[in-house]
Amino acid sequence: MKIAVTGLNNTDNPGPGVPVIRSILAEKDFNGEIIGLHYENLEPGIYMEGIKSRSYMIPYPSQGPEALLERLKYIHFRENLNIILPTLDSELYNFIYISNELEKLGIKTFLPTFDNLEKRSKDKLSEFCKKAEIDTPQTFILNSQSQINEVLKKLKFPVVVKGIFYEAYICYSIDEIFSSFSKVVSKWGLPVLIQEYLIGDELNVAAVGDGEGNTLGAVAMRKLFITEKGKGWSGVTIKDENLIEMTHKVIKALKWRGGLELEILKSRNDGKYYLLEINSRLPAWVYLTQAAGQNLPYLLVKLALGESVKPYEDYEIGKMFVRCSLDLITDIKTYERISINGEL
Amino acid sequence: MKITKNLALSESGFAFNGSTGDSFILNETATFILQKIKDGLSEKEILDLILTEYEVNSIQAEKDLHDFITQLKIFNLLEE
Repeated sequence: MKIAVTGLNNTDNPGPGVPVIRSILAEKDFNGEIIGLHYENLEPGIYMEGIKSRSYMIPYPSQGPEALLERLKYIHFRENLNIILPTLDSELYNFIYISNELEKLGIKTFLPTFDNLEKRSKDKLSEFCKKAEIDTPQTFILNSQSQINEVLKKLKFPVVVKGIFYEAYICYSIDEIFSSFSKVVSKWGLPVLIQEYLIGDELNVAAVGDGEGNTLGAVAMRKLFITEKGKGWSGVTIKDENLIEMTHKVIKALKWRGGLELEILKSRNDGKYYLLEINSRLPAWVYLTQAAGQNLPYLLVKLALGESVKPYEDYEIGKMFVRCSLDLITDIKTYERISINGEL
Repeated sequence: MKITKNLALSESGFAFNGSTGDSFILNETATFILQKIKDGLSEKEILDLILTEYEVNSIQAEKDLHDFITQLKIFNLLEE
């Protein structure tokens, strides 16, 4: 069996590809090969030993689904792929768009639906939470700077200014809001979100939904160390039924299909749990889930193959990860092969 | 008094709250008290044990024990 996996950018802002691959390789039932799919010639996963057999460059998501399909047809001709596991948010639309074509080629996937992605998007999250009766911070969607003063009549300082895809700034004054608004718009465009700022502990859950509303696995984690970029550099599995219940509720309401990550805040003011974001893929810390007894990436493999899957019931608490940074040594000849041929 | 669910306490004095991910390093006396709470002893029973085990006057011991229990509540390590 050959499984192609994207997201080999194991940098200080890591993609989930390498941890997804490590989880699959850790599964004793797995007997196959991993093929890497990369966007950049210097993605560390390309150079890591024992991660993939070969790796191929694929076109950036901005080049559209047709370019992706053409490239995958070539890779499939070379490798005879069985499954593709995309692991990045930004590429999901293209992969969903071509999933039927991939199926015809004999390549299986297990992806969220367009409807899943639409309902969990940052500008729709409040609406979804209201319907599903889930707490979320009060959020306003702005299409112009002129709306800022109106929003501030309803919110207290500080507030959070968020981009539609990435980035968030905590603002303590109106000047900071205007400045952050401009920064976010220049990078991510409109709309911009302004959200009430809640004080509390940020907790995460990685989970898999079967597309029928059932949760097949869910592991909660608390970050112990966060980098300047806001990425968890260390974390520990925890057991808080409120987190798992919220996860079940979200997956049921969305009929979520595939992997996801919930970002939840436990407020220090009222003790309530607020849903901050739903990320439409497994997180970069997902290797921890298999260590704790739930191999969520391998669940996706089984689901893609159409195998029946028994939901995980429990996991070990107190399992920790500590991320590390080390230098891989390679040769300029290797880099040359990747740069010239687009594959290694 | 009841220790919060999912609290693991080791003999070394390391306590891990599996519900929140918080961890604590306790000194010998704190470990002793927390272990006794875990065993189901009341505040009065623990105070009596402290007076037996340690050279301390009862007023000071009662005050310190009460302070420590208050701290445990603040850190959500005791269920109400």
